[in-house]
Amino acid sequence: MATETGIGASVKRKEDARFITGAGRYTDDVGQHGQTYAVFARSPYARARLNGLDTSAALATDGVVAVFTGADLQASEVGDLPCGWMVKSKDGSDMVQPPHPPLAVSSVNYVGEPYAVVIGETLEAAKNGAEALDPDFEEQDAVVDLATAAEADQIHESVPNNQCYDWELGDKAATDAAFAQAHHVASIDIVNNRLIPNAIEPRAALGEYDEASGTYTLHTTSQNPHLERLVLAAFVNIAPEARLRVISPDVGGGFGSKIFVYAEETAVIWAAGQLRRPVKWRAERSESFLADAHGRDHVTHAELALAEDGRFLGLRVKNKANMGAYLSTFASSVPTYLYGTLMAGQYKTPAIYVEVQSLFTNTAPVDAYRGAGRPEATYVVERLVETAAREMGIDPAELRRRNFIQPADFPYETPVALTYDTGDYEASLDRALDHADYSGFQARREASEQGGKKRGIGFSCYIEACGLAPSQVAISLGAGVGLFEVGEVRVDVTGSVTVVTGSHSHGQSHETTFAQIISDKLGVPFENVTVLHGDTGRSDYALGTYGSRSLAVGGSAIIKATDKIIAKGKKIAAHMLEAKEDQVEFEDGSFNVADSNQSLTFGEVAFAAYVPANYPLEELEPGLSEKAFYDPPNFTYPAGAHICEVEVDPDTGVVTIEKFVAVDDFGHVINPMIVEGQVHGGLAQGIGQALLEHGVYDDTGQLLSGSYMDYTMPRADDLPSFTVDTTVTPCTHNPLGVKGCGEAGAIGSTAAVMNAVTDALGVKDVPMPATSETVWRALRNGGNG
Amino acid sequence: MDIKVTVNGTTHHLDVPDNTLLVDVLRERLGLTGTHVGCDTSQCGACVVHMDGTAVKSCTVLAGQADGAGVTTIEGIGRPDDLHPMQAAFRENHALQCGFCTPGMIMSAIDMVQKSEGRLDEAAVRDGLEGNLCRCTGYHNIVKAVLSAQDSM
Repeated sequence: MATETGIGASVKRKEDARFITGAGRYTDDVGQHGQTYAVFARSPYARARLNGLDTSAALATDGVVAVFTGADLQASEVGDLPCGWMVKSKDGSDMVQPPHPPLAVSSVNYVGEPYAVVIGETLEAAKNGAEALDPDFEEQDAVVDLATAAEADQIHESVPNNQCYDWELGDKAATDAAFAQAHHVASIDIVNNRLIPNAIEPRAALGEYDEASGTYTLHTTSQNPHLERLVLAAFVNIAPEARLRVISPDVGGGFGSKIFVYAEETAVIWAAGQLRRPVKWRAERSESFLADAHGRDHVTHAELALAEDGRFLGLRVKNKANMGAYLSTFASSVPTYLYGTLMAGQYKTPAIYVEVQSLFTNTAPVDAYRGAGRPEATYVVERLVETAAREMGIDPAELRRRNFIQPADFPYETPVALTYDTGDYEASLDRALDHADYSGFQARREASEQGGKKRGIGFSCYIEACGLAPSQVAISLGAGVGLFEVGEVRVDVTGSVTVVTGSHSHGQSHETTFAQIISDKLGVPFENVTVLHGDTGRSDYALGTYGSRSLAVGGSAIIKATDKIIAKGKKIAAHMLEAKEDQVEFEDGSFNVADSNQSLTFGEVAFAAYVPANYPLEELEPGLSEKAFYDPPNFTYPAGAHICEVEVDPDTGVVTIEKFVAVDDFGHVINPMIVEGQVHGGLAQGIGQALLEHGVYDDTGQLLSGSYMDYTMPRADDLPSFTVDTTVTPCTHNPLGVKGCGEAGAIGSTAAVMNAVTDALGVKDVPMPATSETVWRALRNGGNG
Repeated sequence: MDIKVTVNGTTHHLDVPDNTLLVDVLRERLGLTGTHVGCDTSQCGACVVHMDGTAVKSCTVLAGQADGAGVTTIEGIGRPDDLHPMQAAFRENHALQCGFCTPGMIMSAIDMVQKSEGRLDEAAVRDGLEGNLCRCTGYHNIVKAVLSAQDSM
């Protein structure tokens, strides 16, 4: 049903009314009578033994209520923070997982690692108490450099060579054979720079304990409150799930960093139980920099074997991935199953072999950040393809075209474990070339040169595996949880609808998009649909929001529940209209008997379900409320073509993005306005990685980029307006034909920018971020930053 | 110290510690949680309010500095059924996603438009938003919203 509020319409958002008037309710906006304030004491060293901790002065500080140390949590049998994905090494052995107590007990392993929490009557009292703690640290040499971490001092007693795992994917022999046949081999050595996610809302938590019922309630900034509850119940041992409620109210951006279960909310909810008082914590931005899980951080060598005509014969990737000091919640999966599996890209490369060594260092834990593994994979493949095109003298668009998987090839099984369901990569590239006016590029380049500037153009034809995930596939590969989603459609007595989804929204606009789907499918006015999320007390066990899964998996669950509503409605209508069930059709919000003028509105049927006067109670339960769990049969495969054109001022090294074009295939689009917004945001983060952002530690493990003065966030005057467009090949295996749009911008754009910058400079590589200083130096020494 | 501050038209007499920040008066004492704290270092702009008609970052204004002043917060410029033109433009142009930076962004944008001499162009808007961070939108639609609001303000 194409209406102004149905599927395909750019409906204005339901969420906006509260956000633009200051009525949003974020975790830090929630307060409880008698609440206390938590401040965490954090390690000033990257690596040190904690030989003792004198808390007496802190406890004697005015207004301090309590001090809890790592030893206190251990004595209370608070469990370690677990990693939820088991990856196995080449030799079949399990990954090595060091102990990760929420508060450090006898050693600290990154700057910012919490080792105690001070609870005060006021925030100031807690801060004063934290200042008065007297820890006895014995500093040790820190292991900071990823490239040499395997040969450095051993950080954890249980982790030889600082190696988490040494993983492989693909057919080594076949790939070696392909390289032996190659006409040309292109190779690159690249670094995927460490990023710090920086959602503008800092992480926060408010823990409460109700003595009468023995129930805990945790308000926190989580993308997946059920996962938070599961970990706190099953691993940390706070309380059984039935006595632990986790609420994620409005959350101010996540980008992956709020998927994970962190030390702070763990300590806060535990302390609330100890003190029988609410405990509140909100990160200061410096804490976000130090202790939010970081992203990316790979050092990679990759080679592409090509035939004389430019056909790809084989791809070899050898990668080191930084885990930081401990394994964060999903850290192990990011450089493996979300990375190696994407190395086919959009191409028919017949043989691929990927090796990934994950290593511990004395830095903040590294985990999923927007795109999570797929931006890193795209960066490898697309930088390599562009390099090969330049070395072989083939137009980079043409080289890609020669190697694209063609529409007739789907379903297409790659050599790295995925089966793509559908796509049309040439359609996206052609559209992008049009928008970019590729044919006019040479003239623009000459004009730049006449002005003393250098101009470059770069491509990136990315693919991603989204809609995480088919549970059995994921579990067989090491996932510790299922990856389905739940959706509930509650029809009210008067025919309005409340939807409860497991897909938390922290910017993604589910309250609008999911209401559009319901309005479209049930014919209920858009304004009469309310979408609830983010509360374990409201919905069944749910998996939450990450991996561009909300519409493809969460939306599909809602569709399944809606189908059940319609099926039951038909039974009710058949009874009321004295027709056979198979004669009843549902269309545009009414139940009609075929070949007759008899019909009932959706509202009339809903009313009858709750006021069952004329109703088949002996055959059918009253009520009209249905729930569904949806487990996807495959991943979805959004793909697209990004083209970036830059101009470089050789005197200053300043890179200006002159044009950025993104043409993406997300399958069917529910709300084009929202999808465009998601792409814009992803592009800003991908461009930020390429040109501005870098999490930098010095040799002793101190974070040099630990504030907004030092870590360059993209600001309005750093970015251009974008040209975004979509092509459509519907996903073949979910009911809406959707693929997911949340991460594409961040996955595709980084390689396009760097291909453009290196094209402008005429060098093979420039390290990211390509700041003015880096570019200026590259112009003077041929590319080595 | 005792201060008198008029917030969104209501005058409050408050006794606050000398080191209290304006943002804490607004959020903790007056319950106006629409003004957000994103960075504590005056870099992100989530806390922007108007003090005597000028945009200020309320995380770097002492409550004492606001003594005698008139403060307007996001709650004071419009209601859902009677939006300020800038609020309406943000909604119309999908200039917000998670909403956390939005109050500060709107308050900065209003100040920018009010203080502009002549019509703002895209470059001027981007320059004027330099003190406000958004991690969701890539600024594309925020710029559009501000450009469109200047016609209706």
